[in-house]
Amino acid sequence: MEKYLIVSAILFAIGTIGVLTRKNAIVMFMCIELMLNAVNLTFVAFSRYLGNLDGQVFVFFVMTVAAAEAAVGLALMIAFYNNRESIDMDDVNLMKW
Amino acid sequence: METLFFLVITLVALVSAILVTTCRNPINSALALIMTFFCLATYYVMLDAPFMAAVQVMVYAGAIMVLMVFTIMLLNIRIDSSKKHFHMVVVGSIIGFFTLLNMVFLLIKGKSALPTGPYSGEMIKQIGHTELIGREMFTNFLLPFEITSILLLVAIVGAVILAKKKI
Repeated sequence: MEKYLIVSAILFAIGTIGVLTRKNAIVMFMCIELMLNAVNLTFVAFSRYLGNLDGQVFVFFVMTVAAAEAAVGLALMIAFYNNRESIDMDDVNLMKW
Repeated sequence: METLFFLVITLVALVSAILVTTCRNPINSALALIMTFFCLATYYVMLDAPFMAAVQVMVYAGAIMVLMVFTIMLLNIRIDSSKKHFHMVVVGSIIGFFTLLNMVFLLIKGKSALPTGPYSGEMIKQIGHTELIGREMFTNFLLPFEITSILLLVAIVGAVILAKKKI
């Protein structure tokens, strides 16, 4: 089981580096999806090792949250692009209701 | 044989994960991310969870990534030519490296608990993974399952309101 956990740790770290170093909002978003998937792999590995299916049910909920996040986040990006003609994170500098 | 297969899949998963973070074109990042999702589905099959693998391919690689590729093409984002700041890359890499160090340290130091649950590999093969997941989800996790539907409803309403120009 340790090998799966190590792979998942490396994937999570790559996702973290991606979120911190990229400026394109959609690529940051994809890196967040990568981190969520690394956590899913940990859940399934532990669930298999402990002989308990609770972890796999949790993976379902993580997937649901990821789907909701994708829908709302991409809608936000489209709204932002309509205003600024860009989805660069450096252009998100004006707080306004 | 299985170890060799695991190594090949790991290599593909890690290379495509690195490509996700480094590609200049967002479409290439999205395709690399789909490749990573397929590798994770392979891991799920190796971990005796075939239903999770099917859901991974259908929901992640099918639905979420199609939504993302649609958005990338809709916004007509060109190749990312903005210059990266050096300090951003350095600080991000250091933080990511320490995250990895932290997790590996915990893995080495930690002692795993003994298997406690009733579901063994033979039992999953005999009864069927889908049936066991369904039983678990509609008995012990019924309330979270219903709350999930409310979450999806909120997401639908939010996405429609945000994407509309005038309500």
